[in-house]
Amino acid sequence: MGEPEDGAKPKRVVFVTVGTTCFDVLVKVVDSQEVKDELLRRGYTHLLIQMGRGSYVPTKSTGDDGSLDVDYFTFSSSIADHLRSASLVISHAGSGSIFETLQLGKPLIVVVNEDLMDNHQSELAEELADRKHLYCARPQILHQTIAGMDLKSLLPYSPGDATPVAKLINRFLGFPED
Amino acid sequence: MEKCNGVCFTNLSSNHPITCFMAFTTIMLFRVLYVIYRTGMPLGKRATPQSFSTLIVLGSGGHTAEMINLLLVLQKDRFTPRFYIAAATDNMSLQKALVLDNSFAASSGFKGISAEFMQIYRSREVGQSYVTSVWTTLVAIAHAFWLMIKIRPQVVLCNGPGTCIPLCVIAFFFKVAGIRWSSIFYVESIARVKRLSLSGLLLYKLRIADQFFVQWPQLQRKYPRAHYVGCLM
Repeated sequence: MGEPEDGAKPKRVVFVTVGTTCFDVLVKVVDSQEVKDELLRRGYTHLLIQMGRGSYVPTKSTGDDGSLDVDYFTFSSSIADHLRSASLVISHAGSGSIFETLQLGKPLIVVVNEDLMDNHQSELAEELADRKHLYCARPQILHQTIAGMDLKSLLPYSPGDATPVAKLINRFLGFPED
Repeated sequence: MEKCNGVCFTNLSSNHPITCFMAFTTIMLFRVLYVIYRTGMPLGKRATPQSFSTLIVLGSGGHTAEMINLLLVLQKDRFTPRFYIAAATDNMSLQKALVLDNSFAASSGFKGISAEFMQIYRSREVGQSYVTSVWTTLVAIAHAFWLMIKIRPQVVLCNGPGTCIPLCVIAFFFKVAGIRWSSIFYVESIARVKRLSLSGLLLYKLRIADQFFVQWPQLQRKYPRAHYVGCLM
């Protein structure tokens, strides 16, 4: 039920982003048969990879034979449109990418780049995963995370608020309370 | 008698520079202690509204996004003129700041110039050798000093990038030297949940920041002088 007359599956896009970084490990693992098969099994039809400064180039595929439609690009000035049209986002652990995705209300799997020195990025990803706003996965087990994820169990993220900071700054400088 | 006087006079003249130096050092020490004591004390309530010249330090990516979120909720007429500084190799941040500040001017109908945008040399690029970094750090500090002398801000807003350290240290020096008393506000990045960044650690431990804000409760427990303000993003 819910499928169009001609039997084609509704388009469900998985958008992968590495931001401005180089994260070949993630791009490679997403392009692996294991992960692509799992995504197909979970009902996704398209895989779009924003590969950033990486050197590993994914293999494009049109998905005519029932396989996943795979496409990629390096950068774009704004990924907001890609995020908006995605049904699932798989992202590196940069705070910009994470919050842009959460604020659009999209389901998110964050993959931490273990090759980065002083990996403070994992703190944020783990904290938000603990609070059930996203899934956190290591590249090697990404396919398992995709297989086992229950996106309905994710809690929506309420946007942050900078007014407490502004209040304290104003009070410190001696401005009257508004 | 004369000999004694001569000898005495020679002793005094050779001690004079030393006593001067020691007097100067003692004065500076007391001045530094006074500045540390006054740092973090709110300024008095102002009867008449005032505006503060504000230095805004931008960093790449997430830092700039968080700073923009903060600027959106500050009354622009209280923080003017505004000076935006970003690292020389960071092109996107100044662009975003320009767009943001133009939107402030447009919405308030203000026609004059209330913002300036500057770039500062980086102390060290990613992967740069530590030997050459010594020189580039000195150049960065000299450049920061030059910019700060021109700006002499009354308020400094920063949120983590390494570029803010020379600027904040110089602001502290200006307080000690009586060149300009500035209020330094530091917001630790939202990506810092359990540990402070190096910039944050320095500004907290050395008590350079007047107010230190953290976005996660774990950090407030670890660093009690910090204010927990929740997530900005």
